[in-house]
Amino acid sequence: MMIYLLLFLEFFKIGLFSIGGGLATLPFLHQMVDKYNWITTYDLLNMIAVSESTPGPIGINTATFVGYKGGGILGSLVATLGIVAPSVIIIILIAHYYMRFSEHPYVRASLNGIRPAVVGLISAAGFEVAKLTLLNTEQLKVGSNLLKILNYKAIILFLIILYLIQKYKKHPILFIIISGFIGVLLRY
Amino acid sequence: MKELIDLFLVFARIGGFTFGGGYAMLPIIQKEVVEERKWATDEEVLDYYAIGQCTPGIIAINTATFIGYKRKGILGSIFATAGMVAPSLVIITIVAMFFQHFQDYPIVQHALGGIRVSVVALITHTIIKMWNQSVKDWIGIVLFTLSFLLIAFTNISPVFVILLSGALGTLINLRKKVDS
Repeated sequence: MMIYLLLFLEFFKIGLFSIGGGLATLPFLHQMVDKYNWITTYDLLNMIAVSESTPGPIGINTATFVGYKGGGILGSLVATLGIVAPSVIIIILIAHYYMRFSEHPYVRASLNGIRPAVVGLISAAGFEVAKLTLLNTEQLKVGSNLLKILNYKAIILFLIILYLIQKYKKHPILFIIISGFIGVLLRY
Repeated sequence: MKELIDLFLVFARIGGFTFGGGYAMLPIIQKEVVEERKWATDEEVLDYYAIGQCTPGIIAINTATFIGYKRKGILGSIFATAGMVAPSLVIITIVAMFFQHFQDYPIVQHALGGIRVSVVALITHTIIKMWNQSVKDWIGIVLFTLSFLLIAFTNISPVFVILLSGALGTLINLRKKVDS
């Protein structure tokens, strides 16, 4: 019983204090390695790799994983519940006020400034992933010429998919599934 | 009840096909939530994303909670969040039970290699759409460029960028109103 309570509280703490993306949870997980014997540093690294290669938010994936290691299936449920609980409570409160005040002139003026900035933020995240995906990062580090830096195989698939999305407007999930198959067939 | 189940299923689909950080779910959110169901507008999704950046917790979860609350109050937020979380719970538990080095299987690596490319294409498409929706004048262009450069090339926190652009937006937009 104790282990479940501990898992819940530890992940509640992470959910409450990690601001930003799922990777913001990592420092907390490192602390956990030292404090409890649920996972080792090796497990943690392995877990991050798994979380990045499976669907779902990375923060949730790691919570589920540690919970499972610490307390089986019930442990994974409790840890996930713990990490989600603080933000559900906080967002419900904010959502309540957002819906009341989003039309207030001051709030509207500030949101009009924030929205373009958020698009900038998302573009910066997209730019980072695009760099990793469409360029040969090892070549970039040794400073080869441009022709060697470009990852042609990825760029061609990127352009084809981008064209198809603009033209046919099919569901994004369809493109994700198809590109997974293409990746396996053509060894991306 | 039907709408609650709908919230659960839509967010389960989003959670089940999001590969990468919170930005990676935006294309699916835009398709399912904005275009097909009209549960929120593009602008609102951007607001939720901004709020999610500045508040504790995981952005994907914050967005699900927000949209769930907007549709069906507290119960709606719980169903949407549960949906977002469900695929991770099932998939990670199975991986932890049966696969020792899941990420090292060649088939997983190649599939992910392909999926990453399509995520970049999908996010590019979404960014173009969101740009058209939210960058309406020169102030918008300045704030977009500023935020992109700060996040891409410095270590400044996104929270600071959002607060700064909110403050600038308030000053400039209110001033404009006074002038006109």
